[in-house]
Amino acid sequence: MTADQRQAVLTVDDLTVVYETEEPVTAVKHADLVLHKGEILGLAGESGCGKTTLAYAVNRLHRPPARIASGRITFHGDDGDTDILALDDAELRAFRWERLSMVFQGAMNALNPVTTVRAQLKDTLLAHRPRMSRKEIRERSEDVLTRVGVDPRRLGSYPHELSGGMRQRVMIAMAMLLEPQIMIMDEPTTALDVVVQRDILREIVRLRDELDFAVIFITHDLPLLLEISDRIAVMLDGEIVELETADRLYREAKHPYTRKLLGSFPSLSGERGAFIRTGVDETTEDSTVATAKERA
Amino acid sequence: MTNLKPTSEPSVADSAELLAETSVETGRKPRAGWRMLVPTMTPWLAIGLGLIAAITLFGLIGPLFVGDPRTIRDMGLTPPSGEFWLGTTQTGQDVLAQLAYATRGSLQIGVIVGLLATALSAFFGIYGAYRGRVVDEGFSLFTNVFLVIPGLPLVIVISGFVPAESRGLWTIAIVLAVTSWAGSARVLRAQTLSVRNRDYVAASQVSGERPWRVIVVEILPNLLPVIASQFVFAVISAILGEAGLSFIGLGASNSSTLGTMLFYAQNGFALSLGAWWWFVPPGLIIALFGMGLSLVNFSIDEIINPKLKNLRLHRKRARRAARLERELAQASRRNGVPSQQAKPNQDKEIAR
Amino acid sequence: MTSVKITDLVKDYTLRSGLKRTRLRAVDHVSLELTPGRTVALVGESGSGKSTIAKILTRMERPTAGTVDVRLDDGTPVTNAHYRREVQMVFQDPFASLNPFHSIEHHIARPLKIHGRTKTQDDTRARVLEMLERVNLTPAEAIAPRRPHELSGGQRQRVAIARALAPGAQVLIADEPVSMLDVSIRLGVLNLLGRLQREDQLAVLYITHDLATARHFSDEIVVLYRGRVVERGPSDAVILDPHHDYTKLLALAAPDPERPGRVTSEAPVDREAIDNSTCYDHFKGEWTEAGVPARSESKA
Ligand SMILES: Nc1ncnc2c1ncn2[C@@H]1O[C@H](COP(=O)(O)OP(=O)(O)OP(=O)(O)O)[C@@H](O)[C@H]1O
Ligand SMILES: Nc1ncnc2c1ncn2[C@@H]1O[C@H](COP(=O)(O)OP(=O)(O)OP(=O)(O)O)[C@@H](O)[C@H]1O
Ligand SMILES: [Mg+2]
Ligand SMILES: [Mg+2]
Repeated sequence: MTADQRQAVLTVDDLTVVYETEEPVTAVKHADLVLHKGEILGLAGESGCGKTTLAYAVNRLHRPPARIASGRITFHGDDGDTDILALDDAELRAFRWERLSMVFQGAMNALNPVTTVRAQLKDTLLAHRPRMSRKEIRERSEDVLTRVGVDPRRLGSYPHELSGGMRQRVMIAMAMLLEPQIMIMDEPTTALDVVVQRDILREIVRLRDELDFAVIFITHDLPLLLEISDRIAVMLDGEIVELETADRLYREAKHPYTRKLLGSFPSLSGERGAFIRTGVDETTEDSTVATAKERA
Repeated sequence: MTNLKPTSEPSVADSAELLAETSVETGRKPRAGWRMLVPTMTPWLAIGLGLIAAITLFGLIGPLFVGDPRTIRDMGLTPPSGEFWLGTTQTGQDVLAQLAYATRGSLQIGVIVGLLATALSAFFGIYGAYRGRVVDEGFSLFTNVFLVIPGLPLVIVISGFVPAESRGLWTIAIVLAVTSWAGSARVLRAQTLSVRNRDYVAASQVSGERPWRVIVVEILPNLLPVIASQFVFAVISAILGEAGLSFIGLGASNSSTLGTMLFYAQNGFALSLGAWWWFVPPGLIIALFGMGLSLVNFSIDEIINPKLKNLRLHRKRARRAARLERELAQASRRNGVPSQQAKPNQDKEIAR
Repeated sequence: MTSVKITDLVKDYTLRSGLKRTRLRAVDHVSLELTPGRTVALVGESGSGKSTIAKILTRMERPTAGTVDVRLDDGTPVTNAHYRREVQMVFQDPFASLNPFHSIEHHIARPLKIHGRTKTQDDTRARVLEMLERVNLTPAEAIAPRRPHELSGGQRQRVAIARALAPGAQVLIADEPVSMLDVSIRLGVLNLLGRLQREDQLAVLYITHDLATARHFSDEIVVLYRGRVVERGPSDAVILDPHHDYTKLLALAAPDPERPGRVTSEAPVDREAIDNSTCYDHFKGEWTEAGVPARSESKA
């Protein structure tokens, strides 16, 4: 069951996003993307290349000065196609979280510090399912937390009482809450160890098999992506320079940038010195970021 | 770093960063953090400051130039004339002189209450949240108790309870302050909690900074816009509250304020006698002062939420962006595919 | 030069759920030693108590039981007044650990002033520039007046390191210092830490969940699982020859592009079944009991 034979669930066509600042920045340039049902699509690329901007635009969460300059985003639901760009505000509100949810970058610090996890889950549920009973809300909240491996007893905790990884998992749970058809996860696992990462990804995969939803997984951690995703899109400077199945990308990457990304990660089992040698020199590391900043 | 986090409430801690980014965008690099706390001058802010300055000046130096407002003459209710610019009251007192003293009295009340309420809310909101645990819980409970006490009735009861002779300016100010700080304290507590859980606060504690310095140097600057806006709001509501109290005869007995003026105008049947010069000026001053403070408050809001400022700075561009986006949506709704020749045009328009 | 000896550290938190209160043991009899010139990596799953140990070491939390003993080279204990000069910390999120309101200079100058390292204004400024140069932030004059948002993540983390070292700290606790950074930047920051450690003979506690960097950048690895130490030993031994089930799982779970699709195919390991009552000590080459007071060194 390769991804290509599956039915598409989201089509992004020629998407361009511009930040209308003094010096307009084109953060996403003519991006084309098809997300299939039940697929995990990885989106990799260095800091500042436009990953988050792309994710926001797909959700229409972008705020001025960001602007979609061209393109078309179509959601292929069970009940026909929806043109996301043509939705009005009320439709959009109903669409988000129900159909398409998002785990935000820096999710660790995105929880409201003044209320408990329970209250925050409840608010999200009630906003979309106003008629849910108390008992259902409690059961649902406990269920999603268990799915991401957080003890349901922690429902009563305030965010600062949770460890960094737990906070991140609570945010992932929140995105799962309404069982949307698409989940966009923007660097959701930076604070998680590999084992928990794997548990969560396994849970996502399990849910995908059960509910057939699709995931766009954004990260700069290519090794992780290679393992979990069906296909990977590599972004450079706002453009999607390569979109391949994970296996092909690893073995026969076409774009030199992809090969550079592939070359720069430490290997656990390799020689001790190998890491240092392949790694970037201490003094030159910021060059990629610096250039990105200059471009902006 | 570039995320807008739309699910979470905007907090001031994010805003300092956003604001800094905004000002870089506009080409000016503020070197000192303090500088970004100064609101940008807009016509609205200018009008607001102008109104406040004019009224404050009138209240400060007006009394020096007018006669004794209590002098009784046998020329009751004369309309404005060359001698008495704003006419006289029923008992022949100079309305202009009364107005000058009353403005001074109201401003005094406003500032005193503003300072007291801000100090109370800052103490209970910030210090409680900073200390956490028992202190926070105690302070929160205390704040919530004050929050649920209905303000105006309590003020009326307290003022009515205190005998008229000892009901001075300070008594009224304290009563007003005590009943009005709780809401602000809650907001400050929430904001402090979000700031104090940031790593930079922990980092400064670890580097050995004393608690009061952590509060004043690391936390407070991030809260200043909120506090300033709360102060302004407290001043408005104190002046209005005092006017209300005086109007029902429960105001300060030893000082004259705009509210007492209205009270006497009401008692003297100014309205039914058509003596507009007696009640319109004090009413107008209250309204204009409130307006001025609100305009200033809007500018402070832009500091708290720089996105507003961003919006204003880029309003033209944003409007064009929104229009283009709408057109794009319409086009795609009409013919399924965005028309190909529309694109170069759009690009040109953006470039302009 | 300063060394730290943690003995039988215990930290309990109270969890409230409604009226019920339960006790959560976040750290359970952990003993550790940090010595000058050595890096100890603390790895473990999310929520296993790593940050709690860091918080106790930096005195942001009080331990429920156990001792933290910090001694200078000559064996004299570090007094409370000097504690913060000796033990410093680098935080995980470089975007949250610098105050957006203040300049870079402020961040480094404050610890210098607090600990009386500099007397005059000019002196402080010179030291700040010197510190910035040490962490490769050049030109220092241009960086010092900037504010955090004008720097990239990697640069911010260098500022955080400079701030930690400013008071002359000899013990550095780095709580996941690179996990929020772009992969391409991580190495640079870690190499910098390594160099500073060698130059100043620092004692470093490197908290991470990334086994690969733990192996390459530390001398000793301590594996924490649900608050208890379950394996400890020289880095290579722990990674290449893991004994405890959890360490094995951790090593196995590290991303490996040679084996794609493992997530979906592999049967989930029942982690509830992994027990944390025993600990393999590679130094002694034997299993010991975990989560109980250390028997051997009882201090007078
Ligand atoms: N509000 C904004 N105003 C102006 N430019 C912006 C804004 N937000 C982002 N940008 C620019 O858009 C580009 C893409 O940013 P984006 O956040 O999408 O990158 P990213 O790939 O998600 O990076 P990271 O991995 O660091 O999260 C960057 O060059 C950034 O400077
Ligand atoms: N203030 C607190 N109140 C209650 N529980 C707390 C508090 N701080 C931490 N905990 C709990 O202690 C345990 C250990 O947390 P800690 O932050 O040390 O984990 P960690 O190993 O750093 O995890 P991560 O890798 O996710 O950051 C967690 O279960 C956490 O929820
Ligand atoms: Mg991003
Ligand atoms: Mg932690």
